[in-house]
Amino acid sequence: MTVRLVEGEFDPWALLQAEQRRLPPGSFGATACFVGTMRDFNQGDEVESLFLEHYPGMTERELERLTAEARQCWPLVAVLVVHRVGHIRPGEPIALVGVWSAHRREAFKACRWLMEALKQRAPFWKKEVTPHGTRWVEKNTPG
Amino acid sequence: MAIRVRVFASLKERLGIEQTEMTPEGIGCVADVWRRLTGDDLPAQVLAAVNMNHAGPDAPVRDGDEVAFFPPVTGG
Repeated sequence: MTVRLVEGEFDPWALLQAEQRRLPPGSFGATACFVGTMRDFNQGDEVESLFLEHYPGMTERELERLTAEARQCWPLVAVLVVHRVGHIRPGEPIALVGVWSAHRREAFKACRWLMEALKQRAPFWKKEVTPHGTRWVEKNTPG
Repeated sequence: MAIRVRVFASLKERLGIEQTEMTPEGIGCVADVWRRLTGDDLPAQVLAAVNMNHAGPDAPVRDGDEVAFFPPVTGG
């Protein structure tokens, strides 16, 4: 289970733990992870909630393609990518990338690369609900 | 058959189109689909996919394909 889209709130730490329990003990020496969490502010405004639209089918395929590409670039033991869709409230996790490898170098590198590639290529779009109304986020902040 | 067209996010709201179909006659590439849909040239800031793969304006489109248009992605 490498890639997952979830509609409800998820616990990134429980998912990391569950994934790691599936791996043969001693097969990895490094675990790197990134968790993206929803802020209650953006571009100087209060944000009350968020709606995450996606392209069902292409989103999963694009995330699968990215994890396959990461596995070609670095010798990885396991990869886990989880992303929320639908309505999200501040403080809730949006995205999780977890990478297991023999050594820290490839774990750090693959985790960073996957997160940035996801933000550039995976078909998700954020719509923010602010006290002044709703607005689409036009582009991501630089990583 | 037909070419299936899907539109997402702010572009969907702006065009008032979520999903439609068009006949394949006269359609050779992604830019042709956009022109049939809107009457305009495909703007640089509009992204596209053919059969769920990212595609440029010149990417070929055939009968039965699914073509999607969307703004820059903002996930993560």
